[in-house]
Amino acid sequence: MKKGLVILLTLALIVGCLAAFTACSGEDYDLVVGAIYIGGKDETSGYTAAHANGIKKAIANLEKEGYKVKLEVVDKVDDTDYNAVAAACDTLVAKGSDIIFGISFGYLHAMNDKAAEYKDVLFSHATGYLSNDTNYNNYFGRIYQARYLSGIAAGLKSIELESDSIGYVAAWTTEYAETTSGINAFALGVQSVNPDATVYVKSIKSWGDTAKEQQAAQYLIDTYNCTVIAQHCDSAQPQIVAQENDVYGCGYNTDMTSDAPKAHLTAPIWNWHVYYQFAMEEALKDPATFVDAVGNYLGGLKEGFVDISPLSENCAPNTAKMIELARKEMVDGNWDVFHSAKLSFEAIQGEIAIKITPADLGTLYTPDPEKEDADPNPYVCKVEDDQVTKTPDYVITGTMNTFVAGVTDVDKM
Amino acid sequence: MDNLSLITNFLFFTVVYSIPLLYGTVGEILTEKSGSLNLGVEGTMAVGGIFGYLVGASADSLFLGMVFAFVFAALLGLLFSFLTVTMQANQNVTGLTITTFGTGLYFIVRQGVKEITPLLRLTKMKAAVNSLYIKGLSDIPIIGKVLFQQNILVYFGIFIALIVWAYLKFTKSGLRLRSIGENPAAADAVGININLYKYLHIITGSGIMGWGGFYMCILMSGDFAGSTTVINGYGWIAIALVIFVNWNTLTAVFGTFLFGLFRSLSIYNSGIAQAFPKVFGWLTAIPAQFYNMLPYAATALVIILASINKRKKTGEPAAIGLNYYREDR
Repeated sequence: MKKGLVILLTLALIVGCLAAFTACSGEDYDLVVGAIYIGGKDETSGYTAAHANGIKKAIANLEKEGYKVKLEVVDKVDDTDYNAVAAACDTLVAKGSDIIFGISFGYLHAMNDKAAEYKDVLFSHATGYLSNDTNYNNYFGRIYQARYLSGIAAGLKSIELESDSIGYVAAWTTEYAETTSGINAFALGVQSVNPDATVYVKSIKSWGDTAKEQQAAQYLIDTYNCTVIAQHCDSAQPQIVAQENDVYGCGYNTDMTSDAPKAHLTAPIWNWHVYYQFAMEEALKDPATFVDAVGNYLGGLKEGFVDISPLSENCAPNTAKMIELARKEMVDGNWDVFHSAKLSFEAIQGEIAIKITPADLGTLYTPDPEKEDADPNPYVCKVEDDQVTKTPDYVITGTMNTFVAGVTDVDKM
Repeated sequence: MDNLSLITNFLFFTVVYSIPLLYGTVGEILTEKSGSLNLGVEGTMAVGGIFGYLVGASADSLFLGMVFAFVFAALLGLLFSFLTVTMQANQNVTGLTITTFGTGLYFIVRQGVKEITPLLRLTKMKAAVNSLYIKGLSDIPIIGKVLFQQNILVYFGIFIALIVWAYLKFTKSGLRLRSIGENPAAADAVGININLYKYLHIITGSGIMGWGGFYMCILMSGDFAGSTTVINGYGWIAIALVIFVNWNTLTAVFGTFLFGLFRSLSIYNSGIAQAFPKVFGWLTAIPAQFYNMLPYAATALVIILASINKRKKTGEPAAIGLNYYREDR
C-alpha cells in the first residue's frame, strides 16, 4: 500500500513537472534570454546590478519594438565552480533559452564546453577570451577610452589647482591588463593637458574592501599632496574622502556626483544595454549568423558602450570642449589611446584645437623573467619615420602589464 | 610630505581604522566570559551598524544612532541567548547563523540607507564625530595628533573597554559572571541565576559590538555600495583578537592597535619605506596579502604559545561553548 502510494506520488510529480514544462514552452516568445549572474539578481548596485539593469533595459527596448522577450536568470553562481556554471547553463537551456549571457570571467571554460554541447543555443560571455565560430562569443568594452577622457578632466583640474600630483586608488595594478590599461589611459589623458603631472597609484590588492579604499585615498592626499583622486575600485569611497579633504576626483562605474557633489568631476561608465540590445537583435535576426555579425565584441565610445558621466560643475573651464574634441578623434577612428601618438591642445585664434603628434609610448609589456613568455602577443608601440602607425589593438588578444611614463606605483618607488 | 607628519598620519589612522575591532572584541569578551561563544560578531556589527546609521542619520543625531545601534545589535544578542540558553541550541552553529542572517539583513536594508546618504554628508551627526581638539595637548608633535585629536567614539571605545575590565575584575556581578563562565554548575549551586546572567551579558556584549558596526558605518564608509558589507571581516578579526589578548579588555586596547598597525601597514608600507629606506626599505617587498594575514597568524602563534606554557593562567573561560542545563548534572 505504502509502496503504491510512493509510486503514485512520484508519477504525479513527474507528470506535474512535465505539465509545468509544457506550460513554460507553451507561450510563444520571440526570444528567450538566459542570464548567469555572479551576484544576486535583485542587487541594486555593483557589477551584477549593472548587467542585470542592462539586460532589462535592452529587453524593454525590444518590447517597445513589438518583440516578446522572456528573461530566465540563474543567479549567485560562483565563478570558481565549474560544475555550478555548467548546471546553470543546463538549467537555462532546459528553460528554452535562445541566448545565454554569462557575466563573470570565471564562467569561460564551462560556457565554452556547454556551447559545444548545445549547438543550437547562443552563448555570450563577458570579459573572457574564449569563443568559437558558431555559437560562442565574448564581449567587453574599451573602458580605457572613457578613462582617457576622465583623465583630461582631471588634468585640467590639476592645472587650475596649480598641482602636478594626481592620485589613483586601484584595486590591482599590473596584475591585470584591465587595471593597467585603465591607469595608463587615464595618465595619458592627464598628460594631454598637463604633461608635467605624475599619477600616483596605490593599489589595495582587493576588490570590495571599502575601508581600504578610503584609507588609500587619504594616504595619497596626505603623502603625495594629490589634488585629484581617480579610482578603479568598487565603491565611491575615494570620492567621499576627496570631498572631505577639499580635493577633487574621478569616480568609476556610476556617476558618483551624488556621492561627492563638491568633489566629483566625471566618471567613466559602462552602458551594458548597448551590447545586450545589439546581441539580442542579432539573435532575433538569425542565430546562425550571430557569431559572424557580433563577433568578439569590443565596444567603445563609438558604439556608446562606454562613456563618461555628465561633467559636474566642479570641472575646470573648457573641460567639456577639450573632451569633445578628443572624443571625436576616437569616435571617428582617427586616433586611439594606445596608438603611437599623443593628443595635445592648442589655441588657434582663440579657438581650442587638437593636435596629434607621434609619440613613443614605450613597450607596455614586460615579460616575466621567471616564466617562458606567456603571451605571444605583447603590446608594443612603434613610431616609424615619424608617421603615426596605427598599431593593431591588442587589448583582447594581447596584454599590458607596464605603466607609461608619468605613472608612479607608490609601492614600487 | 615630511617624515614626521607621515609617521603621525600613519599612527593617527591606525587608531581611526582599528577602533571597531575594540568594540567587537570587548563585546565578545563580555559574552564569552559568561561561557557563551558567539561567532555572530560580524553579523551583529553589520545589523547594529546599518540600523544605527539609518536611525541616527534620519534623526541627524549621533546619540540616537548610538542608542539604536546598541538596541538592534542587542536584539540579535537576545536571539542568540534565546536559542542557546533557553533552547539549548549549539552555540557555534547559532553564532554562524547570526552572521549569515546579520549580513543578509544588512544587504536588504542598505539600499534604503544609500538613498538617504547623499543628504547626510554634512550633517550634525557627521560633525559630532569630527576630530577633537584639546588646546595644548593636541599640539604636541606626533602624540598630540595620535592620542588627543581623535574623534569622540575612539575615546568612548577605550572608555567602554576600561569599564568592562573594571566590571569583570572588581565587582561582585563581574565575579559571578566569571564563575558562570568557568563552572556554571558550581555557580548555580551557590544560587546565581545563570540564565539571567547569560542573557544580560550576551545582550550587552552584542550591543557593544553594534557600536563597532555603527562606527564603521559613519567613519569608514559613506556610500554603502560595493559587493561586501562595510564590516568586511572586522568581526572575525575581533574574535581572533579575543584569543590574542587572552580575554582581557585592557590588553584588548593595545591588541587592537597592534592589529590595526598590521592593517595600516598595507597602505603606508611604501611611504614608510621611502621615508626610512635604510631601516624600513624592506617593507615594500612584502605583498599586501601578507599584512592582511598577520592578525590571524599572530593569533595562531598566541594559541600555540599559550598551550606550550602550561603554568600561565589562561583567561579562557573553562566552560566556553558548552550549554548549561541544570538537569544534566
